[in-house]
Amino acid sequence: MTALPAALATAVLVTAGVVFFVAGTVGLLRFPDAMTRLHALSKADNLGLGLIVLGLLPQAASVSGALKLLAIWLLTQVAGATVTQVMARAIWRGASPPGASPSHASSSEAPRS
Amino acid sequence: MSATLVADGVLVLLLLGLALRATAAADAFAAVVAFVAFGLLLALAWMRLHAGDVALTEAAIGSGVTGAVLVAAAMRLPPTLPHIPPEADPEAAFPKAMPGGAARPEVMPGWAARPKVILGEAAIRLAALLLSGLVTACLAGLVLWTTGPSHSQAATALRHLPELGLYNAVTGVLMAYRGFDTLMEKIVLLLALVGVWSLARDTVWGGRPFPAAIPAQGGAVTLIARLLPPIGIVVAVYLLWVSAEEPGGAFQGGAILAAMWLLVLLAGLRQAPLLGSRLVRWTVAVGPAIFLAAGFAGFAFPAGFLSYPPGVAKAMIILIEFPLLLSIAVILGLLVTGPAERRP
Repeated sequence: MTALPAALATAVLVTAGVVFFVAGTVGLLRFPDAMTRLHALSKADNLGLGLIVLGLLPQAASVSGALKLLAIWLLTQVAGATVTQVMARAIWRGASPPGASPSHASSSEAPRS
Repeated sequence: MSATLVADGVLVLLLLGLALRATAAADAFAAVVAFVAFGLLLALAWMRLHAGDVALTEAAIGSGVTGAVLVAAAMRLPPTLPHIPPEADPEAAFPKAMPGGAARPEVMPGWAARPKVILGEAAIRLAALLLSGLVTACLAGLVLWTTGPSHSQAATALRHLPELGLYNAVTGVLMAYRGFDTLMEKIVLLLALVGVWSLARDTVWGGRPFPAAIPAQGGAVTLIARLLPPIGIVVAVYLLWVSAEEPGGAFQGGAILAAMWLLVLLAGLRQAPLLGSRLVRWTVAVGPAIFLAAGFAGFAFPAGFLSYPPGVAKAMIILIEFPLLLSIAVILGLLVTGPAERRP
């Protein structure tokens, strides 16, 4: 059993991380265009996963386990940042994802109120 | 118990929903995206069943490499148009000028026929839905009814693994008990690559994949293509090394190596190789060849094909697996890049 302060820290940090993921998902569904949706997604990846990893650190069985958790977070950061860059550049150049025309994307995914 | 039950239930529902979307989506790209997401969630489901080896394979091969192949295929296909019901555009269904200058008939023959066609289509879809549902129900029933007390051979299988220097039951079964199946798997992979290569036109045979050389991308893509491969190579070798005791193996490691290679290719840091070059041919063949040679070496000992002599089993398995890792990585990478499209 882990000590109570560690368990408490885990509960608080993981919950905060989940809040970021939920907020990111809501943004992904509700934001009006691809750029803002990317913005919402990167927040969930960076802060949400960061908080969850931070919260899980006290629960790690060993130091190498904790380092692996940190490595996962760092790799996800690098991958997420790159994918965001690539997608944003593609959107900036006016490339639409295959199978969806830009007009279709903007008309059907406008914010509903 | 109830919290995990709810989480598992949500996972199963998501899997079913994604499976439905992957099969029902009209757009090829949307179907592929659903398929990749389905694979990742399926890996989670395997983890919930404590099958780490299967989860890794599903994530790396089922979702990762297959997903990349499918994306490449979807990009080559002409864009799938949304389904337009025939009555929405009568001109398209029945052009004004008939070929050969014949006038349009006064009474449109399609007028009566068309609703029947739509009805037929709906009926076929409904029949297909019912039939596939019936087959699934039959299979599920068969599985659920025949589940008696399980006659697990796990204990017997595990007892002999320490003699081979292996402690992961899955690796033990793959390399020792079912070595023949594992060998055949690699041969099938090689045949799949030959199949992909044979799609090339005669004029570009032995040339390079991709229609044109990929220019250096610069920016974030180049950064990640320089940053990730050293880490990926370490992770791939680690996955192979720990497969003696923990989930991992040549296939999972090979998929990661292939991903690193593709990253370098797509960033334009290196050009795709000449598929006819001797280096490529040897690299894809060396793993299966050594496996086969090790199999025949078993004949030198009384036990026969693919048996490992006592004492050196672990060394032999490592000797087989490392060339296999390289071959699998190159084969998977070349499966994604596809057949030759440029002259050598």
